[in-house]
Amino acid sequence: MTKIKQSRLILALIALMTAFVMALSACGANPSQNTEPAANPSAAEQTAQPQAQDENKGENKETSEASDKKAEGEIILASTTSTQDSGLFDVLIPAFEQDHPGLKVSVVAVGTGQAIKMGESKDADALLVHAKDSEEKFVKDGFGTERQDVMYNDFVIVGPKDDRAGIKGSANAAEAFSKLAETNSTFYSRGDDSGTHKKEMKIWDKSSAKPEGEFYQVTGQGMGDTLKIADEKQSYTFTDRATYLSLKKEGAINLEICYEGSDDLLNQYGVIPVKDAKNQAGGEVFAEWITSDKGQQVIKEYGVKEYGQPLFFPNAK
Amino acid sequence: MNIQGFQIFTDGFAEACSLLLDGTLSVWTIILASLKVSSLALAIGLGIGIPLGFYLGSKFTIPRRIILILANAGMGIPPTVVGLFVTMLLSRKGPFGPLNLLYTQEAMVIAQIFIATPMVTAIAASAVASVPDELRLQARSLGASKLQEMALTLKEARIGIFAAIAAGMGSIISEVGAVQMVGGNILGKTQVMTTAIVQYTRMGKYGYSIALALALLTIVLIVNILLTKMQTHGNESDKRGA
Repeated sequence: MTKIKQSRLILALIALMTAFVMALSACGANPSQNTEPAANPSAAEQTAQPQAQDENKGENKETSEASDKKAEGEIILASTTSTQDSGLFDVLIPAFEQDHPGLKVSVVAVGTGQAIKMGESKDADALLVHAKDSEEKFVKDGFGTERQDVMYNDFVIVGPKDDRAGIKGSANAAEAFSKLAETNSTFYSRGDDSGTHKKEMKIWDKSSAKPEGEFYQVTGQGMGDTLKIADEKQSYTFTDRATYLSLKKEGAINLEICYEGSDDLLNQYGVIPVKDAKNQAGGEVFAEWITSDKGQQVIKEYGVKEYGQPLFFPNAK
Repeated sequence: MNIQGFQIFTDGFAEACSLLLDGTLSVWTIILASLKVSSLALAIGLGIGIPLGFYLGSKFTIPRRIILILANAGMGIPPTVVGLFVTMLLSRKGPFGPLNLLYTQEAMVIAQIFIATPMVTAIAASAVASVPDELRLQARSLGASKLQEMALTLKEARIGIFAAIAAGMGSIISEVGAVQMVGGNILGKTQVMTTAIVQYTRMGKYGYSIALALALLTIVLIVNILLTKMQTHGNESDKRGA
């Protein structure tokens, strides 16, 4: 009998815990709960500012002092999986570290959505991403000091060799997408809120078809994985040229470029140092370097030897 | 420590609750896919693992020892390694390419069978080994068939067998690496709770991740509550019997 009582006790404990979690979330849901500090007399001036800045009010002074000093230490660079998959960082980071011996760059490759979030929570010192609208909003909201163009690459639509859907010769990428929908040709989308996915959605908006139905499949994964899935299923997908070429060269995929070259396929990268990040000074040094002649030269040369064509085109002003 | 930083938890929990209650997130598709894949894999894993465990645990001979060592070692194989080999086996370029199985639920079931079976086998074998030999000898002397002998032994070893079942289920439903590799996390098809949590966390959508994490925790909890109930029930009837 005691055993049964014990198990009842355990069940009751679990029920209590569940109730606690519910209560906790109910608290979180309560919009009237105000956690922002209001004791500071200057709070009135700052009410229009984003809350994230308020939270770090106390630390502002220290970090701005730090940025006057010589930058050193680790720089956390939040970037995207497609940039990392292209292999650019393997040459770019060593070149930067050679010019700045006191600095080490750690690249965290995530989707653009999370890269921006990492900036907002100051978990990164600089961002190198490719979703211009989100980047400009990030700076406008006061999270970044400044956004600069770095380089661009372009997107391509890849698919099986026989190009079943006949998208070659379309007037633009939007028309090519419509053809995929009309012919019910399976298309794999990343669907992960990444820069590449956002670009894809913009093209669908302009096309006459909707990204819905059996032909439209969503992987929720990075570019490399999505390309491999599309290859395995001999279907179409939308990719940046760099990731496509590097996987193609490795022999990991045998998809062909079915559509390329239209204006709606260009992809602009920007760099933003994160304001009040742990190593803001380092982030600024990185942004300065990557837009300098030296950094731009490294970008321009990357891929020429291996693929016979550059993967990125530097365009910093 | 930034106390206000805990707000991302409260915000996330609030969003998770509303997502679960509104049904905004197609959370049930994901949970059902998880349950379907893992229970099928577990059923097959048990079908192989329990008889094999009985065979290995009931008598010690050199060949049985070797298989038992392999099963024990198999428990330690990282699931991602299983994922790698299953991916290569099922890939279009691989030996089973013509079956077109990669990035399907079937592929996930196959990978999970490889993960669950060694675990079920090894735990079942040790449970069977703990049953006194006299029981089997007595059964045999009373004219029990091989099957009856096995049923009797397994009944005696039931607590260990339940542990094998719970451990098998726990290991595959919580696994992420292998199912991501062989399933591909395709929305509405091969996306399961663990791969979806990875994806939504990468996207910074913590609310979605928490909603699925709560579902996953609940399932793991239910499995363990059932196990505990069965164990305590088993002890009760033992005592009554004595």
